[in-house]
Amino acid sequence: MSPTGTPNPAPEPVAQPAPAHTAPPARALPGHGESHRHVLVAIVLNKPGVLNRVASLMRARNFNIETLAVSHTDQPEVSRMTITLRGDDVAVEQAAKQLYRLIDVLKVQDVTSDPTVEHEIALIKVRADERNRGEVLTIAEMYKSRVVDLAAESLIVEATGTEAEVDALIALLRGFGIKELVRSGTVVMSRGAGSIEEATKR
Amino acid sequence: MGTQEDDGRATARLGRSPSAANDARAIARDGRAPTTAGAPAATTVGQTAATAADEAAGPRQRINHMPGAGTARAEAISAGRREMLSDATRNQIRSLAERGVKRPRIGADAVCESLLRQGVSVWFGYPGGVVLPLYDVLGDYPELRHILVRHEQGGAHAAEGYARATGKVGVCLGTSGPGATNLVTGIGDAMLDSVPIVAITGNVVGSLLGKDAFQEIDITGITLACTKHNYLVRDANDIPRVFAEAFHIARTGRPGPVHIDLTKDALMGVCTAEHPETLNLPGFKPTLDGNIRQIKLAAQEIAKARRPVILAGHGILIADATEELRELAEKAQIPVAHTLLGVSAMDETHPLSLGFVGMHGWKHVNKTIQSADLLIALGMRFDDRVTGHVPTFAPYARIIHVDIDPAEIGKNVAVEIPIVGDVKRVLTALIPFVEAVEPETRAPYLAEIAEWRAESEKTPWHGSGAWRNGQLSADFVVSRIGDATGHDATLVADVGQNQMWTARYGGFRRPNSHISSGGLGTMGFGLPAAMGAAVGRPDKETWAIVGDGGLQMTVQELMTLVQEHIPLRIALLNNHKLGMVRQWQELVYAGNYHSSHLLGPDWCKLAEAYGVAAFRADAPEQVDAAIAAARAVDGPALIEFCIAEQQNVFPMMPAGKGLSDLLEEQFEEPKQ
Repeated sequence: MSPTGTPNPAPEPVAQPAPAHTAPPARALPGHGESHRHVLVAIVLNKPGVLNRVASLMRARNFNIETLAVSHTDQPEVSRMTITLRGDDVAVEQAAKQLYRLIDVLKVQDVTSDPTVEHEIALIKVRADERNRGEVLTIAEMYKSRVVDLAAESLIVEATGTEAEVDALIALLRGFGIKELVRSGTVVMSRGAGSIEEATKR
Repeated sequence: MGTQEDDGRATARLGRSPSAANDARAIARDGRAPTTAGAPAATTVGQTAATAADEAAGPRQRINHMPGAGTARAEAISAGRREMLSDATRNQIRSLAERGVKRPRIGADAVCESLLRQGVSVWFGYPGGVVLPLYDVLGDYPELRHILVRHEQGGAHAAEGYARATGKVGVCLGTSGPGATNLVTGIGDAMLDSVPIVAITGNVVGSLLGKDAFQEIDITGITLACTKHNYLVRDANDIPRVFAEAFHIARTGRPGPVHIDLTKDALMGVCTAEHPETLNLPGFKPTLDGNIRQIKLAAQEIAKARRPVILAGHGILIADATEELRELAEKAQIPVAHTLLGVSAMDETHPLSLGFVGMHGWKHVNKTIQSADLLIALGMRFDDRVTGHVPTFAPYARIIHVDIDPAEIGKNVAVEIPIVGDVKRVLTALIPFVEAVEPETRAPYLAEIAEWRAESEKTPWHGSGAWRNGQLSADFVVSRIGDATGHDATLVADVGQNQMWTARYGGFRRPNSHISSGGLGTMGFGLPAAMGAAVGRPDKETWAIVGDGGLQMTVQELMTLVQEHIPLRIALLNNHKLGMVRQWQELVYAGNYHSSHLLGPDWCKLAEAYGVAAFRADAPEQVDAAIAAARAVDGPALIEFCIAEQQNVFPMMPAGKGLSDLLEEQFEEPKQ
């Protein structure tokens, strides 16, 4: 490296060692890039404590799970987790690799940029009486959601859709007064014939 | 176990020989060679002790602790064990009926059988309420040598030391509750340093789980975060499968600790399950062979590089790839730097071996890395003690990173050529693609490093000065131990300054002859881990090099050494300080020495009270004599080296700084 410090990865000839303080380009720190939302699908063994292992690992490795949905698959010994979290690509890749280290984890895939069907379900208990019930029903209908319970002072809207769609509906209903809200967390499935579970079938 | 205890004490009493020890100590103080007077006395006494213990243990076949290693009887037992545990005979482990025992086979039997099938011959444990069913059957398995430690933490570290010295899986055991939590430090240490151990704990009967029963703790919940995998076993019939899986997981791929928690009813219940011949672990398939395209790319990078450096880590030793490492280094004439746990991966007298890298590494090594154009990182994980501030780490270098754990790739440092695989297999595949380089081609590069090395070794306190201002220098002591043992002994360090001095000045030539707690940095590791290493490698001399702080954390294991007649040498570097804490307080916290001054006992008296021969050296001319005297003892021995209280380990990379920002200040006169 010349004293002027042109950023060139190739070193000078052997006789002149590169002095370490001539402003070389800083080495990138993994995990410090732009953070955005990622969706991971983990296929795990259906054993007691697996959820605990996954959750504990994410906490210990300093990843913040936004949503987590767990259920059986068609194979009784296998469960499927859908995890959404925020982070840069390297950090999330690291999270996936760490999950792989768990003995009970069979497969992990980051499906963020894959074509997928992505859905979550929300139940929203909204304040609604005879004066504004019609308005609530119209909004619910526009979002292709349905009313699953009706009472004099309130009703429950069942909404499905992507996280963003559900967010938008909730934002609209907030004006009426949300008494209670529950969301299942996102579940995803990749489009087309391919199957994430394929590799785990025996 | 009363009789057994008596045996131990008999050994202890005879081995103690205060007069002989005092003689040797006095001689050591005088600086005369003790081999002529004190040492033979100690040897004779020690031999008497071994014979006495031998006779005492002779008729007691059931409980066999094999004291007096080196005797003909001990050798015969060892040979029997080797025979028994070879692959050809491992399926012929005798059943209860063949042992002439008339009782049903219970879970505890399945545990013992499993251990034998896995080739375990020694384990370290501490009994307690819920594991008593296991201790009740242990007498039927005399091939399993159970070493009663004095604290479960010592047992876990001993299992680690055993595993590191032998490459086999170490086994430790504790009871439920406090026994289990005491193991956790050792388990965590094994996790951070990728050491294959199986830690067994008992737990309360299944029906009491979750009821806050006596000595109940959710130990699987606790070890979840610091094991490679863990199991809670509630059914005796699960024991054979779980043990087979646990040993496989512990030693396969990147090794690590596996914890098995056994409820008392699992240990006591009748077990009809057979030992599995195959394992069903669909989620555990480590990648062993490197991707061949990546390997070829790596070879191209190596051919292009003009200032390449190999960074050899613990993986080289774990994968037994020291020969391949040397071959690669020699073929392409690449100098080799070691991480702390990679020390001893290459003979340090080899012209291409540079030495130890990182926070307290040699300056010339750090300089070489900072000016390198290619780092070949083999089985290491870019710990922050190696890289320092990552943006300034090896700024001109492209990096080839070989590791068996995919999660290590790109975790701390972005790398250009990742290769996931077992480092031995990767190197075997890589070497044929690497272009041979003539030594002359690299001569200017290597000469430059040699120049830096000479410069860095000239600095005071760098192994050159035995004596400074009337004080004994620690690096001198460590290098004399290395020389006296022909650089063939296993040196086990504790944590802190003693650890850095050991790594820097031990002069390691044999693989796995250096054992140190790297990742977790566990004070108190040294003595018990060295005990395990000494048990695992009775053919090699073993030394623990410890500080007075760390030794006070696990000093109780001195009694285990005596009871089991383990010939460990302990070099205590006594500066009456928590040395590394004091060093940081001096250099980083403006000399605010809070809580780093440490009172200790009269170490020679303490050791002798335990029955350990003790020596003291407080001047350079006494060092060699004390080492020789300790080596002549048959059984454990301790030397207290009274070293300079204010000696620092230099160079030092301050936390948050880079490898180019080494502190090398000359030590000034103490202000205290």
